[in-house]
Amino acid sequence: MISLPWFLGLSAVLFSIGTIGVLVRRNAIIMFMSVELMLNAVNLSLVAFSAHLGDIHGQMLVFFALCVAAAEAAVGLAIIIAIYRNNLTVDITKINLLRW
Amino acid sequence: MLTYLFILLATFAVASAVATVLSRSTVTSALFLVLNMVTLAGVYLLLKAQYLAIIQILVYAGAIMVLFLFVIMLLNVGDEEPVWKQISIRLVAGFLLGTAVLAQLLYAVASYTDSLPMIATAMEDVGQVSAIGDVLYSHYLLPFMLTAILLTAAVIGALLIAQHRAQPKSRP
Repeated sequence: MISLPWFLGLSAVLFSIGTIGVLVRRNAIIMFMSVELMLNAVNLSLVAFSAHLGDIHGQMLVFFALCVAAAEAAVGLAIIIAIYRNNLTVDITKINLLRW
Repeated sequence: MLTYLFILLATFAVASAVATVLSRSTVTSALFLVLNMVTLAGVYLLLKAQYLAIIQILVYAGAIMVLFLFVIMLLNVGDEEPVWKQISIRLVAGFLLGTAVLAQLLYAVASYTDSLPMIATAMEDVGQVSAIGDVLYSHYLLPFMLTAILLTAAVIGALLIAQHRAQPKSRP
């Protein structure tokens, strides 16, 4: 069996890729997908800790995080649709009404 | 054997995550994200979390990504320039910040390697559906019920935000 630091390392790498995606991309949908990537990375580290401690509560936390992620995806995509309807773009550099 | 499987899955997960971030077309990006979710479900199986692996495929790769693809096709967003052709101060700064996050996380993991727990003996039946159901319907009953309210509220909120408001008619 593989030891815990490998799983945590994989989780850290995925989280950082998600961070870079949010910071670098300009397409709002891809930024949103990068946020999902970060959520998944955190879920992976929770499951790894749960399996290695033999504690089921970590998996329950992942279960509720999945529920929140589903709700967040629905509302976030609705917001993206509303933004697109007003601006006819999902490029965040062109959505600058409130920018100084 | 399990180690090779983990290395294979981890390679696929990291590669598909990079492809998600870098690909030009939004649809390709979403499909690579689906691949990433499926490989993560494989990693969950390695960790003996069968229930979460199935839920990951059903909810994430099934429901959420279909929602994403639906919105992408609804909005009909065209391809962008590739990322490496739009090099700017913003891209470099984002990359450096991301690398800093990675360095911090890896440092934190590496500095606690000695005190991390070994594999628990009780983990064989922790991830089973029956074990999850036991805890879910006893200890976590109230949060589970609240989840239903949360999802209902999210659906209603999404409908309200995304609906196309007709122009209010002028009343005589």
